Amino acid sequence: MPRITVTVDGVKYEEDVEPRLLLVHLLRERLGRTGTPVGCDTSNCGACTIMLDGKSAKSCSVLAVQADGCDILTIEGLSEGGRMHPMQRAFHEEHALQCGYCTPGMVMAAIDLLREDPDPSEETIRHGLEGNLCRCTGYCNIVRAVRRGAQEMGQAVNTP
Amino acid sequence: MIPAPFDYVRPDSLAEACQALAADEEAKVLAGGQSLMPLLRLRLAYPSRLVDIGRLPELKGVHDRGDHVFIGAMATHDEVMRSHVVNADCPLIALATATVADPAIRHRGTFGGSLAHADPAGDLPAVVLALEGVFVTRSEQGEREIPAAEFFVDYLESALRTAEVLVGVKIPKLGPGWGFHYEKFRRTAQAWAIVGVAAAVRRANGSIAEARIGLSNMGPTPVRAHAAEAGLRDAELGDQVRQACEQAAADTSPSSDLHAQADYRRHLARVLTHRAVRAAAGSP
Ligand SMILES: Cc1cc2nc3c(=O)[nH]c(=O)nc-3n(C[C@H](O)[C@H](O)[C@H](O)COP(=O)(O)OP(=O)(O)OC[C@H]3O[C@@H](n4cnc5c(N)ncnc54)[C@H](O)[C@@H]3O)c2cc1C
Ligand code: FES
Ligand code: FES
Repeated sequence: MPRITVTVDGVKYEEDVEPRLLLVHLLRERLGRTGTPVGCDTSNCGACTIMLDGKSAKSCSVLAVQADGCDILTIEGLSEGGRMHPMQRAFHEEHALQCGYCTPGMVMAAIDLLREDPDPSEETIRHGLEGNLCRCTGYCNIVRAVRRGAQEMGQAVNTP
Repeated sequence: MIPAPFDYVRPDSLAEACQALAADEEAKVLAGGQSLMPLLRLRLAYPSRLVDIGRLPELKGVHDRGDHVFIGAMATHDEVMRSHVVNADCPLIALATATVADPAIRHRGTFGGSLAHADPAGDLPAVVLALEGVFVTRSEQGEREIPAAEFFVDYLESALRTAEVLVGVKIPKLGPGWGFHYEKFRRTAQAWAIVGVAAAVRRANGSIAEARIGLSNMGPTPVRAHAAEAGLRDAELGDQVRQACEQAAADTSPSSDLHAQADYRRHLARVLTHRAVRAAAGSP
């Protein structure tokens, strides 16, 4: 069995993995990061989105062995000192979730799209979230939350 | 679902990758995995071994090679659509790549993977066909070059032999005077093309001097719209161009499926070709 090293939410792990083990199953079943859910078998829904070496990826579509040596950030690594990340808070405040199943992936995809454009228009947000499906909300509140999260993240950067 | 078991190797060089593939007939190349992983999870594919080419330096990057651009097979969609070289010298590829899937898939899916997969609904096969790219491959038998017109053999079938790796594609530069457009019709965001049209047009004195048109999803392989191309030679913008584009679906054999009937696909090919050609010619 291949042995891999991964850093997840700042913690380094060494694991022996079967080649067919998906990254999302490593996260959930071996490392206890159940904050990252699985929503489909076809790479469509985006619920499982994480950051792989700083870029969004669908963790159901990556083998754990492919992530050997990589740095992974999940939804559970976002809060600092018990305080929610501004994007998490914005989702909460704008009622951008109902059942919440898509939310971890939405939040990660939202943070990813801000790497490119820290002050995105509604259209940029809608394009940036193309790979994330929500069965409940109808997206309006999600888009609002991403705008609000972006503004709050911008302020956090500007006021040290 | 969980994929069926397989062995995994991650060679350090292209030569080792070719060896690992040659040693096992049921082995498959793993690039970005964005087409392969769903196939494994739905248990539609049962490779005995995956040869991960993801870290091979020989397959990476986009390179300006004078008269052509060389796009490495492992260049990700995200890299390709942002590449200055691609945007300057073969912008049609950047335009089409930006419509592929979604940002997370574009971070991992690769240029070479989309082409080797040979899905006629994919966006890049028709584009590379229109741009007359040349596929560079490697196997234990050595290197081969395959012109785009011979690369796409049948549905999900390319001219790649077992144990052969696509190294990259040479895209000839078309020089000044050419305009480009990719027109894609789909029902939802992040969806595949119901029909896609890649157009490259050389304009001269208010008319079109020559045009190259590649069609996505108009048959088991991507195809060139030869009849429309012939009609567009020296065609004046306006009625002549419109009439030429009416030939866009000639000699195609689109399928009927959940998304569209064949006759609707033919209709789309004509309408989208007209739009793509006008946009490529810079005419509103
Ligand atoms: C939800 C979703 C939506 C999508 N939408 C689109 C879309 O709109 N348009 C579009 O064009 N594509 C779309 N795709 C497909 C996407 O473009 C994939 O990235 C691409 O088809 C495969 O690239 P990959 O690197 O992930 O290849 P992989 O999945 O790793 O491999 C695909 C196949 O090609 C073979 N292969 C890969 N690289 C090589 C090589 N260098 N040499 C030899 N064989 C090789 C593999 O063995 C395998 O059979 C979508 C995919 C998903 C999951
Ligand atoms: S679980 Fe649906 S995209 Fe990963
Ligand atoms: S809140 Fe239920 S799927 Fe998005």
